[in-house]
Amino acid sequence: MTEALRHARYVLAENPVTLFAFALFTFLVLCAVAGPSLVPYDPLASDTARALTGPSASHLFGTDQLGRDIFSRIIVATRVDLGIAVTSVALAFAIGTLLGISAGYFGGWTDRIIGRVVDTIMAFPLFVLAMGIVAALGNTLANIVYATAIINLPIYARLARTEANVRREAGFVEAARLCGNSEARIVLGQVLPNIMPLMMVQVSLTLGYAILNAAGLSFIGLGVRPPTAEWGIMVADGASFIVSGEWWVAFFPGLFLMAAVFCFNLMGDGLRDIVDPRMRT
Amino acid sequence: MLTAPLLEVSGLRKLYPMVAAKGWRRAPASSLHAVDGVGLTIGKGETVGLVGESGCGKSTLVRLLARLIDPSAGTIRFAGADIGTVPARRFGRGKERAHIQMVFQDATDSLNPRFTAFRAIADPLRRLSRLTGTALRARVEEVARLTGLPPELLGRFPHQLSGGQKARVGIARAIAVEPRLLILDEPTSALDVSVQAVILQLLEDLKQRLGLSYLFVSHDLNVVRLLCDRILVMYLGHIVESGPAEAVFAAPSHPYTKALLSAVPSLGNSATRERRLKLPGEPRSPIDPDPNVCPLYGRCFQATDACKTTMPALREVMPARHVACHLPALEAVPRAGPPLEPVAAVALRG
Amino acid sequence: MSVDRRAVPLLAIEDLSIEFRTRSGVVQALDSVGFAIKRGETMALVGESGSGKSVTAYAVMGILDAAARVTQGSIVFGGLELLTVERKVLDEVRGREVAIIFQNPRTALNPIRPIGRQIADILLRHGNVTAAQAPARAIEMLARVRIPDPKRRAAAYPFELSGGMCQRVMIALALACEPALLIADEPTTGLDITTQAVIMDLIAELASAHNMATLLITHDLALAAEYCDHIAVMHAGQIVEIAPKQQLFASPRHPYTAKLIAATPGDTTRLDTLAAIPGGLPDLRRVDLPACRYSARCERQSDDCLVPPLPRHGHGDGRLVMCQHPL
Repeated sequence: MTEALRHARYVLAENPVTLFAFALFTFLVLCAVAGPSLVPYDPLASDTARALTGPSASHLFGTDQLGRDIFSRIIVATRVDLGIAVTSVALAFAIGTLLGISAGYFGGWTDRIIGRVVDTIMAFPLFVLAMGIVAALGNTLANIVYATAIINLPIYARLARTEANVRREAGFVEAARLCGNSEARIVLGQVLPNIMPLMMVQVSLTLGYAILNAAGLSFIGLGVRPPTAEWGIMVADGASFIVSGEWWVAFFPGLFLMAAVFCFNLMGDGLRDIVDPRMRT
Repeated sequence: MLTAPLLEVSGLRKLYPMVAAKGWRRAPASSLHAVDGVGLTIGKGETVGLVGESGCGKSTLVRLLARLIDPSAGTIRFAGADIGTVPARRFGRGKERAHIQMVFQDATDSLNPRFTAFRAIADPLRRLSRLTGTALRARVEEVARLTGLPPELLGRFPHQLSGGQKARVGIARAIAVEPRLLILDEPTSALDVSVQAVILQLLEDLKQRLGLSYLFVSHDLNVVRLLCDRILVMYLGHIVESGPAEAVFAAPSHPYTKALLSAVPSLGNSATRERRLKLPGEPRSPIDPDPNVCPLYGRCFQATDACKTTMPALREVMPARHVACHLPALEAVPRAGPPLEPVAAVALRG
Repeated sequence: MSVDRRAVPLLAIEDLSIEFRTRSGVVQALDSVGFAIKRGETMALVGESGSGKSVTAYAVMGILDAAARVTQGSIVFGGLELLTVERKVLDEVRGREVAIIFQNPRTALNPIRPIGRQIADILLRHGNVTAAQAPARAIEMLARVRIPDPKRRAAAYPFELSGGMCQRVMIALALACEPALLIADEPTTGLDITTQAVIMDLIAELASAHNMATLLITHDLALAAEYCDHIAVMHAGQIVEIAPKQQLFASPRHPYTAKLIAATPGDTTRLDTLAAIPGGLPDLRRVDLPACRYSARCERQSDDCLVPPLPRHGHGDGRLVMCQHPL
């Protein structure tokens, strides 16, 4: 364990960009966890007298068309967006990995059936599929999570399938059979730990997609419902005001959105450096 | 020597179907005969060597005997009990699983890269001997000591261990559950010669101490000669010769064995090159072989008509010497060793 | 500038030291390696893993990893100093005057090009053949290495051939331009014993037919004994002993050589007489390596083994021992 930490510290020190990404990630997590209790204004409190005022000392990011403080709303929205992203990715990861590893390890009919299911999902443009699912089932937070999870499932299934397929012939799998392990135990106890590092890297990358997906659905009105603060909705609200010169309404939520996705992508690269076994001495 | 052998195999076959589907209909089934009618015995405390080149079926035979795959035909009896009928999938749950264990060729490949040495050795103890806690720890450390693995290395991962240390972990894992038969699949071929010597001596020592029987598979005939009491020579899924190791090395009978022995480079004996027996061409295809033709026919330097009309059976041509050949001629192969008794060429009619 | 095939010796390596810059430190891969090969001679470079034998071979061919740095020494081939000669000249020398065959032949061949074309490629690069003549010459080469049905096989891809066949193709590639020196880097590792014998016999036959010098890199002492006249033993990046074959086995002078011979199973070895070599390789990243890198494992070691320079005891007749206390 300490060797892993030492290696992690080495990678972070070598690569300032990765360090920056981790710092940003920590900041976002803090916002999500502690933000709502620390924000200066109630994100839902409207004050039409102060509508559409630009960034100032009292309103760091300005106010929107209903006079709500954008800064507070953005911080609070972090919890919503990150929450949706983490939950849906966790679901996609758990189910996708399980399906993929079974398909890759057992082959045969298991592989064929799971393969067809995954192919079906991938046959659709993924965002359109998400739209369709939410439109059919309704605009609830849960449905957004399910839709995002479904469209991200194939990536995990395919990755897990390839990795399991490569390892099913490995010497240690045969050795495990000689030790009396059942096939299920081998898959979960021997093969899965080996593919975990790669899957973790994928998790980080998918988090970025998941946030974008949630924001995108909200942007077109199929996501979170107002007055909930969420980056996508806020960008949608602010879109109509850009032309009239009130740029801050859309700009700041968009900035946070970009920062979050950027952060997860960079973290994914950094994680890959840390867990890649070839980097170990 | 009338004690029952530990392992008795007869008529063992393993066929892999090669189905060429033509549309919805299947073409007539052809199959790859990986192991084609093998019979052998291993006695208690014996080390039997298995030699043969790539494609001869020894990997398949080894996996059949370790019960990792199921035979297509034939019987495997271990300590009197028929273990060939239990499907490989269920064999892991039986009590015989602990009795037959295996040491793999490439220790790097056969150790889970995410498991420490401790965990690798503890795995069979947890599953088969049902040990936990302090009893488990004690046994792992005991076995590590037996194989010369310093206990401080138990917490290391495979990539932190040297080739010799990984080999020891593999051996420790195999002997932890007190097997009676240990199958060693080229255990030292990936090791340097200096480390190989240590590991071979360790294996011999363990065999004496723990009363094990070994099936030692190797392509290095000199190593086989060191360790083995008897050897089996395999070609294209058949056992073509078997007998006491020293006797077979000194006076091989089957043409393939002769060719094999003449190809081994030896220290300080450069005259071997002139006496090289060559087998022209490549081995025949193992797919749907003609059951009436000797597997070596076409490459053999002493073929007769009988060789392509009748498959030679493995039979005893001298006490304890079995050969599958119509013209088994026992000739002494000159070697740089103590002078041998001249052996009269024995030609039996097929 | 061109190679003089009649230079004596054909290849002379002197005092070659190479280091590799790695993430975990600088690895002193070779330390003052030196030996010479005359025209038509066969020499084996024998050593266990980590002895630096492949590095030496790659240095001669000029195909070292980018992280390698030659810190001292010279490699003179046919009168040309290969380490300082310009790139253009090196490209001419490689393939035409000195060729190499690698371990694991299937991976050393281009998987998406038929073997006939690969041979034709090298003929067109170095030989004096026209594009029209090249395919026929390629088939000739395949026949020379005894590939059955060469005309048809010239269109085959490496994955369609067995390991032994692929190695023959490698030999054909190497010999296409009739080089003066052939370097064979573990050419038979991974091949069956009978295939190994056939391949080595083929190399020996072709080498003597063309009066070609051979440098055989191997860990197998017995293989070296069968095919080479001279043997150089390496340990941890140093040459420890060089001798003609008979003398090396009859009376080894370096303790490591003696141990290596005793550890190699032969016809008459018994298990209890098989020697093990205690200890392991020193960490070549250390800055305080002793002058003799075998000293830590040696029973004859004394304090003067740790201090450079390492004495070289020559005995004329091609013998050389680098040891303070030779046997």
